[in-house]
Amino acid sequence: MTVRIGVVIFPGSNRDIDAINALDVANAEAVPLWHDDVDLAGVAGVLLPGGFAYGDYLRAGVIARFSPVMRAVAGFAADGGHVLGICNGFQILTEAHLLPGALLRNRGLRFVSREVAIAAERLDTPFTHALGERRALRMPVAHGEGCFYADDATLDELEANGQVLFRYVTADGASAGGEDDRANPNGSLRAIAGVINAAGNVAGLMPHPETAVEAVLGSDDGLGIIASFVASAAERQAGREPAVVGAR
Amino acid sequence: MTAMDFRFAVNVSPKPGILDPQGRAVEGSRGHQGSEGVSCVRVGRRIEVTVAAADEDAARAIVERLAAEFLSNPLIEAYVVEAVGAASSTRSGVPA
Repeated sequence: MTVRIGVVIFPGSNRDIDAINALDVANAEAVPLWHDDVDLAGVAGVLLPGGFAYGDYLRAGVIARFSPVMRAVAGFAADGGHVLGICNGFQILTEAHLLPGALLRNRGLRFVSREVAIAAERLDTPFTHALGERRALRMPVAHGEGCFYADDATLDELEANGQVLFRYVTADGASAGGEDDRANPNGSLRAIAGVINAAGNVAGLMPHPETAVEAVLGSDDGLGIIASFVASAAERQAGREPAVVGAR
Repeated sequence: MTAMDFRFAVNVSPKPGILDPQGRAVEGSRGHQGSEGVSCVRVGRRIEVTVAAADEDAARAIVERLAAEFLSNPLIEAYVVEAVGAASSTRSGVPA
């Protein structure tokens, strides 16, 4: 049976069709969910796509956080359901306190739309297990507020817990290192491109794996992330213990 | 008891130590504009709201919660709530 994955569409989402296509490529059935839905239609996993929900007014993600569907998403996450936020979806998850940290305006002030490389720091999570090995994954970024920020104590804690899921890297896979490194497109602290919650079932990242799932799109390096997520959601729904859960 | 309208401003600014690229850009360009001696620019936002409540304390409590949970992100921003007008009998949302 095909696994059903919800794609939440907010007013201003614009990567929802890319997300639906990526789920199709990963052999999942995408179920569009609307921002004022109060339940999740029994989906096995939830994907929050990119865009500019509610115009990114006030702060990116904050107005979406209070939408009815996010109450259902928070409940789903609290039950151990798998939730993946991409770009604006990541911003929404941090504003909803489902993920740690905040996304600040890019250090260079400009909206950045270009290809970057990231690498998974862990290959034993529901969102990365299908990647197989640690290597540079090419995919685009397209955001104005993607500079990952948390205070030093929180950053140390995230590192110690294994909650830093993706880092920006150079093409050969070396960490982007400093905040001003060109491989770090937005000045994120410790070159953090994505994080996972302590329970290991909610993750977010600024780059767009869903638009890098087929060679014709310029890269299929993102498919491993989408496929990991889909497989984990399917396993959970089938009642099997996922192969890997939780922080280190 | 009838509710009265109270008007507040919530001033939200980046916390000390938080990178403020907008402030840095303003600071970096002030020389082109011609101002001398300007430093430590921080760019925030001001949000004005009208709240109907029994008295000012009750109204302020509502605004404080709004500011803490919605108008600011406590990880990165600080806020100050300020009363900006006496109670008025209209709810036009326009400051007197």
